[in-house]
Order: sequence, then structure tokens, then C-alpha cells
Amino acid sequence: MRLEVDITSKTFENATRERHDVLTGIRFALSPGEVGVFVGPSGCGESTMLRILAGLDHDYQGRVSRPPNARIGMVFQEPRLLPWRSVEDNVRLAAPEADDAKLATLFTFLELNAHRSHFPTELSLGLARRVALARAFAVEPDFLILDEPLASLDDALAARLREEIATLVENRAMITLLVTHNLDDAVRLGDRLFLLSARPARILREVPIATPRAARREAEIAAIKAEIVRRPDADRNERDAS
Amino acid sequence: MLRLLSLAVLLGTWWIAALMAGSAKLPPPPAVLATVITEAESGALFLHLGVTLARVALAFVLAMSLGSAIGYLMGRVRLANRLGDPWLILLLNLPALVVIVLAYIWAGLTEAAAIAAIAINKLPTAVVTLREGTRALDPSLDEMATVFAIPRGRAFRHVVLPQLAPYIAAAARSGLSLVWKIVLVAELLGRPNGVGFEIGVAFQLFDIPLLLTYSLSFAAVVLVIETLLVQPFETRVSRWRLRAA
Repeated sequence: MRLEVDITSKTFENATRERHDVLTGIRFALSPGEVGVFVGPSGCGESTMLRILAGLDHDYQGRVSRPPNARIGMVFQEPRLLPWRSVEDNVRLAAPEADDAKLATLFTFLELNAHRSHFPTELSLGLARRVALARAFAVEPDFLILDEPLASLDDALAARLREEIATLVENRAMITLLVTHNLDDAVRLGDRLFLLSARPARILREVPIATPRAARREAEIAAIKAEIVRRPDADRNERDAS
Repeated sequence: MLRLLSLAVLLGTWWIAALMAGSAKLPPPPAVLATVITEAESGALFLHLGVTLARVALAFVLAMSLGSAIGYLMGRVRLANRLGDPWLILLLNLPALVVIVLAYIWAGLTEAAAIAAIAINKLPTAVVTLREGTRALDPSLDEMATVFAIPRGRAFRHVVLPQLAPYIAAAARSGLSLVWKIVLVAELLGRPNGVGFEIGVAFQLFDIPLLLTYSLSFAAVVLVIETLLVQPFETRVSRWRLRAA
């Protein structure tokens, strides 16, 4: 029931028929209950990677094995809500099986109750993200994909939403994959961090964090961050030896 | 209110023009109204209007459903577009009169020939509009539907159709006005009833009040259908746009 990924290469051909390597070596596995966080420079190809993992792009070299019949919940970088359906209908469309009680809990937790009948165009970005988050959790996913869910929100809002994501992730044993450019978010949310190189992206280093999310102290978070900044591409063997 | 005023100005202009041109060429409004009343009392007016409306409805539904399906297919599938495009250009540029005359020659002066001819005239514009609409579909929403494994039928209804709705409304609007015009020609050339037929009779008799009676009643029906059916539909499908904060 694990997610096993081994993408050896993904290339794009642009209009002038030039080939661009986007991904070269992406190899990792995640188990249910684990939160894997990808951290890399902007535009390094992480969104392309997520599209492959979500099954939207089949044109690549390598292998991706998802758990069979895995239900996928995804929060896209832009919320991708249907502007012509209300907030509630947007969530219900993706999760027709979700019962009223469960939705009510989710809406209450994400503070969306007042906005149930609003249309997405009436919402701020922060609220629209919450709706996208509600939609992803409402399907009770086995595999949750979050593509920069905290980008372009102000710090206070991002921190609150991060706590909410942490709680939701804690409550359900699923494979979670998160992409972010913010090291702080990565260290606070992830069980295992994967540091990506610039384009073409490969995994430079894998950083497991043993302390449970809730028990992580500020000092420890700061230490992990400092260590990553100091040695972003430390070889796995070298780190194991030390 | 402004619409009524504009209508009153039109009526006034007509009256003045009638006085200047003489009632033989352009009868004043009361003379036409009198003919409208006699035609309505005999029932002929409603019979002919009804027959014409039925033809419009049938041809319109036929052309819209077929045209939308073909347009969607051509917008989605490259091969369908490349195969269908020459046909489309041919149909778009074929004069309505040619289609009607050929239909009557090949299928006889029948109801089916008339309706088919009208539908064929309207079909290509519906195809073109819906093809554009399909090309403008947001791929990111398709991806969303795929990731969340929304079944095809549901995705079509909730994700695709609302995006196509403005295009369907536009095709319906332009298509209806096209059908209104063509149906009269088809009736004039080969049907024993309908507004077009009556206008043909009036033309042969130089009966201008009768001609105006049928043209204006027909125009009034068109106006009513436009304001009561087409415009509310357009408002409804785009109501989420209006509520944008």
C-alpha cells in the first residue's frame, strides 16, 4: 500500500522543438501516515512531478506505483474551484459520498460555515484555498497532494492554515505529499523532507524527521533548518556515517 | 420604460411616413390594425403563426442539438476537426436559397424537406460557435475532475456544460434570428401555409396591409420569445458572473 516512485526522466519539447529536461532522478517511497515534503527552488519542476504522481501526465520515463484504487485528494496551486457552483456544491461534487455530518465537521473546522452558499468568485484567496482543502479532505483520500497550499498568503494566515493542515493530516492515515518553497513550512509539516535541485530536478537529499509533528520544539525546528541550509546536498552515505 | 418610448417613436415615424407616402404604398397603423383584427377573428393569423412557429421550433431544436454535438466533437478531437472543417466552410457559405431549392427538388415539397433545409442553414453557425466554446474550455478544471475521479457524465454536466453555456446561448440567439428569416423563404417557396406563404399571397395581390399584418405579428412573436425565453436563459447561465465581488 505504499507509494513508490522512480521517475528517471521527464522532458518537454517547446514550440521550437527544443527538448528540456524537467526531471532527472526522482526516487522515493512513502507509506500511509507519512508526510513527504518536497522543497526546491521555484520552477524546478515540482508541479510537473505532482502532475505525474496524480496520474495527469503519463508521458515520462520511469515508474510510479500508487496503491491500487487509491482515492486522490489534491489541492492545486490555484484553488481550481468551479466558479459557477457554490462552495458547498464544489465540495459535494468531488465527494458525493460525504455525509452531511462529516461535511459539517470539516466546514466548521476550516471556518467555512458562513461561506457555504457563496460562489468562489466572492472569496478571498485564503478562503478559496480553504475550500480547496475542504474538497481534498472531503473525499477521504488515501493519497493527498498539496501543491504549495500556503503560497501567497500573509504570514499569520499561512501559519493558521498550516496548523489546520497539520491537524487534518494527523487525523487520517494517508500518504501525503506536499510541495513548498518555504523551509519553515516543510520542517513543521513533514515527516520526511526531500530537497530538490534546480531544473532538471533530482532529489539531492532526504531528511527524515523522527520527532512527531506536535512534539517539535522551536529549537529543534531551527536546528533542522540550519542544518539543511548548511548542507543542502549532503550525500546520504556521508550523513549516515556521521 | 425606455423601450416603450423607443417603440412609440417607431410608431410615430411610421404614421408620418404613411401620411407622406400615401396609404396605397404604406398604410397607416390603424389600417394595419384593422387587418390584424379581421385575420385574428377568422383564426387565419393564429393558424399561420402556429404553423410557422412549429417549423421554427423543430428546425431550431434539430440544428442546435446536432450542431452542438458536432461542434463539441470538433473542438475536442483534432481529427474530427480536420475532417469536418471543409464541410463546415462549404455549408457556411452555401446560400440559404440554394439549400432550400435543392431540398425541395430532392425531397419534394414536403414538410420534412422544409424543416431539414432550415436546419441545415442554421447548423454550421452552431457548430462554429460550439467549437470555439469547446476550445476555450479550461484544461485546469478538466484536470481537477480527473484527479477527483468525477464520473464523466457528472463532469460534463457540472464542469463542461457551464463553461459552454454562454456559447450555447450565443448560438441560440444568432441561430434563432437566422431561422426566423429562413423559415419565411422556405414557406414562400414550397409550403401551403405559414407566415411566409401568406406574405407571398399578399405580395402577389399587392395587399400591403395584409403583408404588414403578417410581418409585424411575426416580429412581435419573435420579440416576445426573445425577451421571455432567450434573455432569461442568458441571465441565468451567467448569474455567477454577476455576483462577482
